[in-house]
Amino acid sequence: MYDLLIGPFAEFDFMRRALVGVLALGVGAGPVGVLMMLRRMSLAGDAMAHAILPGAAVGFLAAGLNLFAMTVGGLVAGFAVALGAGAVARATQMKEDAALAAFYLISLALGVLLVSLRGSNVDLLHVLFGTVLALDDATLLLIVSISTLTLAVLALLWRPLVLESVDPGFLRSVSRAGAPSHLVFLALVVTNLVGGFHALGTLLAVGMMMLPAAAARFWTRELTALVGVSVLVACVSGVVGLLVSYHSGVPSGPAIILVAGGAYALSVLFGPVGGLLLRLMPRRHLEA
Amino acid sequence: MGNVLSFRDLTLGYDRHPAVHHLDGDVPDGALLAICGPNGAGKSTLLKGIAGVLSPLAGRIEGKLPDHAVAYLPQAAEVDRSFPIDVYDLVAMGLWRRSGLFGGIGRADRRLIEEAIAAVGLEGFEARPVGTLSGGQMQRTLFARLLLQDARLILLDEPFTALDAGTVSDLVALIERWNGEGRTVIAVLHDLELVRVHFPQTLLLARTPVAWGETREVLTTHNLAEARRMCEAWDEDAPACAPDMPSHGMRVA
Repeated sequence: MYDLLIGPFAEFDFMRRALVGVLALGVGAGPVGVLMMLRRMSLAGDAMAHAILPGAAVGFLAAGLNLFAMTVGGLVAGFAVALGAGAVARATQMKEDAALAAFYLISLALGVLLVSLRGSNVDLLHVLFGTVLALDDATLLLIVSISTLTLAVLALLWRPLVLESVDPGFLRSVSRAGAPSHLVFLALVVTNLVGGFHALGTLLAVGMMMLPAAAARFWTRELTALVGVSVLVACVSGVVGLLVSYHSGVPSGPAIILVAGGAYALSVLFGPVGGLLLRLMPRRHLEA
Repeated sequence: MGNVLSFRDLTLGYDRHPAVHHLDGDVPDGALLAICGPNGAGKSTLLKGIAGVLSPLAGRIEGKLPDHAVAYLPQAAEVDRSFPIDVYDLVAMGLWRRSGLFGGIGRADRRLIEEAIAAVGLEGFEARPVGTLSGGQMQRTLFARLLLQDARLILLDEPFTALDAGTVSDLVALIERWNGEGRTVIAVLHDLELVRVHFPQTLLLARTPVAWGETREVLTTHNLAEARRMCEAWDEDAPACAPDMPSHGMRVA
């Protein structure tokens, strides 16, 4: 049992670092994912991840495998897309999903163009799939800072974000906080994805956000509990994924996300809130 | 007694097409005003204009009330009923002006929330998710939130659509209580009987005002037929409205 669960982390420094990394990611991505899901933005995270990719690639081209350059590149590209799409959606008649699709496609194409202009044969595997087993101190610090920042900002903006999700018309009628808090939230999504891509890669980082949130929806109807379950699923998936990867030798990033996917599948089947099993088991209706 | 709102040659609309055309008039403080008219007459548009959701194409709305003294219940409130939130929390949003973004909700506030829920007859429903409420219960919840908003001017857009008689009479009683407290209530309504019984003033709208004044003088067969006739469709090729066109407005006596 020790060898199975504790040993890998006790013995190897890189496993301990990976553990800290995935736990920090889970704590930050859990609540962000829940809000994304409740705001019907589950696919927006994926679009945003595509938007970050070219920014990170350009950073990589300019300075090599440099934490600072890739982070800044990703943040700039992500913010530009998030703010541009958010602004167009609020200033014109266009819905946010369409605006986001337009902006991220432009960003993606621009990124591919820039990379090919340089003509170098860039190894983008790092950006695509991350290196959770090779997190250095600076990267860990970045991930932990992002999670801390995320929790602090969400604590401050929780009320307008929830209110805007439930009844946007009402929030508009009592306050101007709706639009700014939405943009800050989009910025949080981008920041968390940039933190996540160092460990899991841009595309898989979304999985740490959305799969735990989607799984949590099958276990509770209560908002605070949703966030709790989501963080729990994210962190447990991270740990289990690392262990699976360690013992079986499969790449760790996909292993973590697949474990989260397994948690989602179990939730769909056995979750007490609208899960399949409960639906298929005919039970007598209640008296009132 | 002053006016809480004044319309000055007000034109509201979408894509330059007017939905409310050259409206002039005053709403006195403490009025209980019904807005009636056929579909497409600009009733909802006028409420949006008053609520500040829509900017005028021309003219202006003069009001002495600060923004936060106006409460607006749209026709189809945009409440996402799949969101995991219960009746208590939805009603508590009405305290936004006092609590704002960060303020806490204290014991006195909790009592206010409980009183509001009791006033609309939803005791015992506090912990129910909004997704499980019936249409009538949902509207009662939204009225409880309006109650907490403590607004001087309350705008209701077809608040009784698809509600049963019992719910309507409970909610009408709330409106009359608000009016008794000196608040101004403007409601868009289609039930003319209800308007005749409970609303002393009526504005009959068909893009331009047909009549505005005492309800029994406004809701005549002649005026209602006139309103129907005037409410023509949106014309893609309508010419630009001449700036010196005489106002169709009228004023309350």
